[in-house]
Amino acid sequence: MSTTPDRDEVTGIQTTGHDWDGITELDQPLPRWWLIIFYLTIIGSVLFWVWYPSWPVWMDGEWTFTRGLAGKTARDDVAAEMAQRAAAREADLARLEKADLGTIRRDPELLRLALANGASAFGDNCAPCHGSGAEGGPGFPNLNDDDWLWGGRLSDIEQTITHGIRWEADPETRLGAMPAHLRDGLLGRADVADVVQFVLSLSGRARDAEAAARGALVFEASCAACHGLDAKGQTFVGAPNLSDDIWLYGGREEDIFESVANGRAGVMPAWGGRLDAATIKSLTLYVHGLGGGVEEEPAAAGE
Amino acid sequence: MARGSAQAGGMPRRGSPAPPQPNPPKLYAPRRKIHPKRVNGTFRRIKWAVMVVTLGIYYVTPWLRWDRGPGAPDQAVLLDLPHRRFYFFFIEIWPQEVYYLTGLLILAALALFLATALFGRVWCGYSCPQTVWTDLFIYVERLVQGDRNKRIRLDRAPWTLEKIWKRGLTYAIWLLISVATGGAWVFYFADAPTLARALVDGAAPPAAYISVAAFTFTTFTLGGFLREQVCTYMCPWPRIQGAMFDADTFLVSYRADRGEPRGPHKKGEPWEGRGDCIDCGACVAACPAGIDIRDGPQLECIQCALCIDACDQIMDRVGRPRRLIAYETLSMPAARESGERPRVRLIRPRTVLYSVLILIVSGLMAYGLLTRSDLDLNVLHDRNPLFVRLSDGSIRNGYTLKVLNKAHHLRRFEVAIAGLSEARLKSPELGDAAVLRFEVAPDSVRAVRLFVSLPRQTIRARQDEDGELPITIELRDVASAAVYREATAFHAPGASGR
Repeated sequence: MSTTPDRDEVTGIQTTGHDWDGITELDQPLPRWWLIIFYLTIIGSVLFWVWYPSWPVWMDGEWTFTRGLAGKTARDDVAAEMAQRAAAREADLARLEKADLGTIRRDPELLRLALANGASAFGDNCAPCHGSGAEGGPGFPNLNDDDWLWGGRLSDIEQTITHGIRWEADPETRLGAMPAHLRDGLLGRADVADVVQFVLSLSGRARDAEAAARGALVFEASCAACHGLDAKGQTFVGAPNLSDDIWLYGGREEDIFESVANGRAGVMPAWGGRLDAATIKSLTLYVHGLGGGVEEEPAAAGE
Repeated sequence: MARGSAQAGGMPRRGSPAPPQPNPPKLYAPRRKIHPKRVNGTFRRIKWAVMVVTLGIYYVTPWLRWDRGPGAPDQAVLLDLPHRRFYFFFIEIWPQEVYYLTGLLILAALALFLATALFGRVWCGYSCPQTVWTDLFIYVERLVQGDRNKRIRLDRAPWTLEKIWKRGLTYAIWLLISVATGGAWVFYFADAPTLARALVDGAAPPAAYISVAAFTFTTFTLGGFLREQVCTYMCPWPRIQGAMFDADTFLVSYRADRGEPRGPHKKGEPWEGRGDCIDCGACVAACPAGIDIRDGPQLECIQCALCIDACDQIMDRVGRPRRLIAYETLSMPAARESGERPRVRLIRPRTVLYSVLILIVSGLMAYGLLTRSDLDLNVLHDRNPLFVRLSDGSIRNGYTLKVLNKAHHLRRFEVAIAGLSEARLKSPELGDAAVLRFEVAPDSVRAVRLFVSLPRQTIRARQDEDGELPITIELRDVASAAVYREATAFHAPGASGR
């Protein structure tokens, strides 16, 4: 790069003296208005310093900043916006609190609020056990399907969420557990094995038809009280339907043996004291709307 | 480093060594005021016509009406930002169709390239808003203050009462034009008659006033004061031109072979042994960029062709043929010199390529617009869970249907799964009737949750090794019986799975 400025012979204008493989550059002056705009931006930046919070200052033993003549910071704007949203949310929750489940369900706007609120509350509170898609897992029911241990009507779901399952701190909690038939000596090992074959036979999977036939008698004596004579379960005691394709603790022979021998008693906390009524209603509608919700019987629907 | 390579390369240096300088070069310079002289002629008339047409389009368009039926705006061209709609006569574009806008921009760019390859900076010279408004402002200036010489005199004169009122009147008219420019701009974004009333009543939204103010300010300063500075210093286009011109591009050029040697000419003197240019300076006086076209092609030249008219007037007066300054290609002087016939090559690989691209893009856009459906069906499959096993062993998948009803009337639809009568459909908001029906409000989007259950045998018969089977969701418009389909996947546990 040459540093000797030349004069360009065509234009007669001085070059910058820079030479890139024979290409040189005319040293043209900048337009004055450009310079003026540059100075205006400098003035503008000073105005910004004065108008908005800008400089850090040491004051009263701590670092703070100049407040600016605008009298507010971007943080104030955020805080105001958040407060505004919180207030709007409060109002929404109050509306949900006042309405009953049926009313909310019939009002598209309330339902939209409830479902949005329910989805977020589900993610915060329920997803750790039931999964983020409510798909459940071994011991934790899938809430999307049409199989309900304690009933899938809105009122059932609300009751379950409010008072929990086998949650001793709540007097109204849902009770009823699968006893440990073998461990507690209620049934002998052979009976347990037979009844397992019988349960398998309900879905056409019995290995040993004779054992299944013997197991039918055991079932009638020991299991039908809760699971029903047809083994279709009873929601008032939370006894699952054993004839369907859905197995909370697994449907293989060894899973069923484990359930019969050592019992099952999963626990769900009561959310009544922890979540407000509006959130519980929202969760109820959200879970009911996941695809498996059962309609209220006509008599109950009029409540 | 560069010095070393320059020496090693032994590049010949242009120019002579700089003489010792008493003063360092100036770092900045004030704008040299330009007072273009009025000209008459072909190109001036074309420019007046282009100005009337382009300004007419700009100011009148928002006031054109176009009936789209009830519930839709009746403004022919409207960018409805709050409702995310763009209306252009019979075309209505939703945000997800912004590619039409992209196509329009691509078309505009290609058209610009083609025009530039053929005729140089015709866009700059005739139809660029900066040129048109500057031309209009110069016209106002001339109307109030007189032509070039009077304006120069007025500019040099002290601030007398005459200068104050003449300048004041000029600025006032400029300001009126600027306000009208800014005002017309906002009418493209809202119903023009309503907004016009609101603007006058002071009831328009702040954004409208801010836009009008911003446009007024830029029109006033760019058109009134910065003028050619915008083209020379701010606009990137002049820099790109170089890649668009070639030896066959028609550019406004001074025919040096005919004009030189130039010099003053007195009436009656012979024309032999000299050029036709009488060095009168008419071309320079007319130039809105303040350059001398006789210096050859220049960055500053917007090719407005006013120098052609200016020179033609002089040539007529001295009795020489017109078009000493004319549209001609870079190859023409050389051709004349060697005695060949200057050739006009409008069809060149470059122009053919641009034309073909324009045809392709406009063809694609026309096809897209003509086959545009007034309904869009998007199907989103639930990701979590992918599928749900039901008590009876059947598998259920969840979908969200997004139905975009682009028509301006309410429509009722029935949902079905194509070719799978055993599919059970259910929707939390629609119930689980045999036929799911729902309506979508005019000009809006509705999301509908849909659960599809298929029995195990159907799945086994159709699924692939990943457990997936293709299904097609069908929407039937109850009124018109038109059917809209969207293919999607149904997930189930794999054949190898439990």
